[in-house]
Amino acid sequence: MVLIYIDQDNQEIKKASLEAISYGSALAKQLGTSAEGLVLGTVHDDLTTLGKYGASKVHQINNASLNHFDARTNSNVIAEAAKKLGATVLIFAHNINGKAVAPAVSVKLNAGIVTGACQLPNTDTGFVVTKTVFSGKAFASIQIETPIKVISINQNSFGEVVGDGVAVIENLAIDVPTSTLKITSVNKIEGEIPLTEASLVVSGGRGLKGPENWGILLDLAKALGASTACSRPVSDSDWRPHHEHVGQTGIQIAPNLYIAIGISGAIQHLAGVNRSKTIVVINKDPEAPFFKAADYGVIGDAFDVVPALTASILKAKHGA
Amino acid sequence: MKILVCISKTPDTTAKIAFVEGNTKFDETGVQWIINPYDEWYSLVKAIELKEKDPSVIIHLVTVGGADTEPIIRKALALGGDEAIRINNVTNDSLTVAQEISSIAKEGAYDLIFTGKETIDYNSASIGSMLCALLDINFISAATKLDLNGNTISVTREIEGGEEISETNLPAIVSCQKGMAEQRIPNMRGIMAARTKPLKVLEATVTQATTNIKQFSLPPTKSGVKLVDPANMDELVRLLKEEAKVI
Ligand SMILES: Cc1cc2nc3c(=O)[nH]c(=O)nc-3n(C[C@H](O)[C@H](O)[C@H](O)COP(=O)(O)OP(=O)(O)OC[C@H]3O[C@@H](n4cnc5c(N)ncnc54)[C@H](O)[C@@H]3O)c2cc1C
Repeated sequence: MVLIYIDQDNQEIKKASLEAISYGSALAKQLGTSAEGLVLGTVHDDLTTLGKYGASKVHQINNASLNHFDARTNSNVIAEAAKKLGATVLIFAHNINGKAVAPAVSVKLNAGIVTGACQLPNTDTGFVVTKTVFSGKAFASIQIETPIKVISINQNSFGEVVGDGVAVIENLAIDVPTSTLKITSVNKIEGEIPLTEASLVVSGGRGLKGPENWGILLDLAKALGASTACSRPVSDSDWRPHHEHVGQTGIQIAPNLYIAIGISGAIQHLAGVNRSKTIVVINKDPEAPFFKAADYGVIGDAFDVVPALTASILKAKHGA
Repeated sequence: MKILVCISKTPDTTAKIAFVEGNTKFDETGVQWIINPYDEWYSLVKAIELKEKDPSVIIHLVTVGGADTEPIIRKALALGGDEAIRINNVTNDSLTVAQEISSIAKEGAYDLIFTGKETIDYNSASIGSMLCALLDINFISAATKLDLNGNTISVTREIEGGEEISETNLPAIVSCQKGMAEQRIPNMRGIMAARTKPLKVLEATVTQATTNIKQFSLPPTKSGVKLVDPANMDELVRLLKEEAKVI
């Protein structure tokens, strides 16, 4: 059985987990077995709807103390659940919490693990999982040698596959150890889509000259419904908050559309965004290296091009 | 107070990524090696900051790798840290690395173990979490801030769309990222001192890998950029809608 860890935040199921279920259910089909979900804690979502993504059952450990994430407690509980249910493959989203628990679970199950997988395993001979390495600059195909396997999948690498199944919910009784981690506060940036979950991203670099010029970028993002990102020097200079920094030493993202404005395209920047499906580069220097990695390029001054692009998007939206 | 800082050797961020021996091995020709940026800029510097506040803090560095990791370890010692341990095991298997570090960690009775958020070569982001299971102590990942108060730490970690602050007693494992500390440049005094700091080499104890890299590959090259007239943004919108189908 393929068991998929369903991550929650504040009692809501995370988007990354829906993709993990889709991936786990495709793998279960490939292996001729079932795909089942595992929820820790109590959630507001209707768990039967997870059937749409291919989970035939959802096992729920209905213990509110699990609503707060603790890597040590959660990994203990997930490993116990996997043993009790007889899971042979465990799937996690390679998001913040998935990264924190999947390797610990693999240790407890004596399972080999591949983190950051980007496609379904090849199970023709053995069990070979392909993952991104060198910050997206290459792939490695890795054989897992153990009977139980653990995989975490890169966000936006497989996609959500929606059908019309309905999952059966089952309560799972597992002893939950008392957490010794005390969460003292949570600060959410209101009304913003987390960068790793955004399908559209507008990003700015040093070419925008200063924080006072970000208005044109924010207007474009608003017109598109996109999240905003930036290059490292921009966040280092505090023009933009640190959580917007993408690249090799920042966040790695793979949106459907990445629009880079006034960013030169240094190799360390590309490492964070090269898995984007479509890349648009707006730069006044025709020699900017970013054009080599782009699908669409506009050679021009951002201060003219960006407002014009925003106007065209609004025009197209309102059908004028 | 004892801190163990895990150090990994990685290719420089501008290194050309290529493979040899039928795409089964990373091509090391001409590659410059650096300390994994997350280990250097955030974990190590944070440990040094804690020692600057309280000189009784002892910092040990640990790396798992061959003799070719020693220049990296010396560079780390030049930044700070009292002594280093190299476990002589050349492996790509995260579990092997974590098991080797866990035996050092058990023996040394460290209060805090720092790792980087991930390495920039294999991007596994696994060691901290594996140590959590192997040592059965608390683990906080993707940390951007840490305050030490006696035997308790208060740690801010990144979560999707925000941050979360939690507290735990020591011992604990923390994986570090941007925000934790500011990058430093080693000074001459540090470089001189590093030459005589102890670097202990221990033989490998873990031999059974759970995973094996079969093959590397490179992503397909882009077919080439399509240039759009800056005076015609309606055309770009049309292409994004009709051709790329992303908006
Ligand atoms: C170890 C290491 C790790 C790193 N990690 C990262 C990382 O994670 N992320 C990251 O982003 N960087 C990273 N860097 C830094 C990276 O090397 C580059 O320095 C950085 O990405 C450059 O940022 P930029 O493109 O905003 O600025 P610049 O390189 O200064 O580029 C500005 C661009 O704006 C263009 N421009 C100027 N004016 C206009 C205008 N009016 N209209 C249109 N275009 C204009 C210019 O032609 C230029 O191409 C790292 C570096 C190192 C050494």
